[in-house]
Amino acid sequence: MPNPIRRTVNALLRKTAAAPAGTTAPTRPCAMDAPAEIHIRFDGVGKIYPGGVQALQEQSFAIRRGSVFGIIGRSGAGKSTLLRAINMLERPTAGRVLIDDVDVGALDEDALVGLRRRIGMIFQHFNLLSAKTVRENVGLPLRVAGIGAVETRRRVEELLDLVGLADKADVHPSKLSGGQKQRVGIARALVHRPEILLCDEATSALDPETTHAILGLLRDIKAKLGLTIVLITHDMAVIRALCDEVMVLDRGRRVEHGPVWSVFGTPKGDATQALLRPLRRGLPEDIAARLLPEPPGQGGGHAVLSLRFTGESHPEGVSLASLLALAPDARLLHGGIDRIQGHAQGDLLIAVPVAAMRSAAGARFTPDSWKVLGYVADNV
Amino acid sequence: MSPTMFERYLRAFGETITMVGVSVTIAIASGLTLALLLVATAPGGLYPRPRLNKGLSVVVNVFRAIPFIILLVALLPFTRMIVGTTLGTWAAVVPLSIHLIAFYTRVAQVSLNEVDHGLIEAARAMGFRRRHIVRHVILPEALPGIVGGMTVCVIAMINASAMAGAVGAGGLGDLAIRYGYERYETRVLFEIIVILIVLVTSVQFGGEWLSRRVDHRR
Repeated sequence: MPNPIRRTVNALLRKTAAAPAGTTAPTRPCAMDAPAEIHIRFDGVGKIYPGGVQALQEQSFAIRRGSVFGIIGRSGAGKSTLLRAINMLERPTAGRVLIDDVDVGALDEDALVGLRRRIGMIFQHFNLLSAKTVRENVGLPLRVAGIGAVETRRRVEELLDLVGLADKADVHPSKLSGGQKQRVGIARALVHRPEILLCDEATSALDPETTHAILGLLRDIKAKLGLTIVLITHDMAVIRALCDEVMVLDRGRRVEHGPVWSVFGTPKGDATQALLRPLRRGLPEDIAARLLPEPPGQGGGHAVLSLRFTGESHPEGVSLASLLALAPDARLLHGGIDRIQGHAQGDLLIAVPVAAMRSAAGARFTPDSWKVLGYVADNV
Repeated sequence: MSPTMFERYLRAFGETITMVGVSVTIAIASGLTLALLLVATAPGGLYPRPRLNKGLSVVVNVFRAIPFIILLVALLPFTRMIVGTTLGTWAAVVPLSIHLIAFYTRVAQVSLNEVDHGLIEAARAMGFRRRHIVRHVILPEALPGIVGGMTVCVIAMINASAMAGAVGAGGLGDLAIRYGYERYETRVLFEIIVILIVLVTSVQFGGEWLSRRVDHRR
């Protein structure tokens, strides 16, 4: 990290009481390690649109302080309604949202304005003011809150340093790339030194490389400022990169909720499966085309096995020895293992000579589940 | 050209500029205020007042519906009340302004409505009060359209001011009618046409330049 940025970060760190000591290391604490204190509580929050369409069934759950909570679902799943209930941009028709045990729905306008200044928010389309420069965009929330020009300027500079845009302070947003615009959005969201950051599809309008950079920035900020982050997305890769906990919504219903590794390792509903599909390594087409339902005879050919590691029984990793015990010449064909929150999980496709398969049942076999997809005549 | 004729041109030009300048200033100030009121009180707006909104909208439509030349005559008693006379340049300013307020209200309203809803949502999320949203988000973001609308407005006003000759307001249009048409001095007619073309073109280019200056959207 370049020195000026480190200095800024350290300066921010000293000022943010919420930042726990020792979080400067780049490692991401798992949900289990995070303090168990509840920050945001949803108590039967639901939404019915006028006309009777139920956008969101009533949901009750809690978000821990300092954790990253992801809400994922296809469009129309109700994620935006849930996110906007936190700062009352959209009022739910049922239930309450409690932040630090305060019912945000019961606040009057002044109190709500005060609350919103403690909650940063970033958007898919950035929502920067085109008529104002980067500096003015980041500083405006402070100015309307009655903070003086000198203090505003100082804080804007700190934040532009943090997001790496110090040299763009005086240009208008239209001259920036998508990634730079989102950095301005992040700086603006942090200008009030919030305790909560809401991310509304923050990377959905960005290309993969920029997405990666923005996710890295969010991870840094989270580690350094100790924020509670709530994000909505339709991209499972974002959840994997950033979140401790994830909730899957489908047509207003909660399909799944749990630590990210567990939802990735053992996805339950169809909606979760569908969302995970882009990240899964399926059966390669060339092998699929040659698969036979039965062994080719004379004890020759190979069985193609799909092994699944959920991260539950062997979080420390996949034992190569156990694969070799199955058959000394078992071969890895396809697949991979990801480490999510310290749990090794993934899918492996292997080829085992049919002759060796007979002893497979008795081998010290470690996947959480496995199945024979079929057989191929000769070498794969 | 005789000096007296030159003086007539100069006076007519001055009268046109006065009529247009004063009416445009009044119309833009009032039209913008009305447009803001219409946008803010609309259902789903910052200060929703559906009935006030509807009433205001109907009044604006009434004035939009009346052709200028008829409005000019219909407003004569009102004009007398305001400026004490129904003749001359200042008498023309009253109907011109009212005609233009209604017109500019609609023009400005379109620009104000075009401000991306996401920007307003973001401002609310950042703890802006409603008046901050009007001042720092809606007005500055709509400014290019508001300025563009002013150009259209000034040109419409130059047009309408020609008709104001009917109440003895003078101006270039009046000169063209009296000399060019009624006294068959075709030359005067054409000279005034050229003057008007130059005037309108400069306003158009000036307006476009200003609009570009305040537009940072691209």
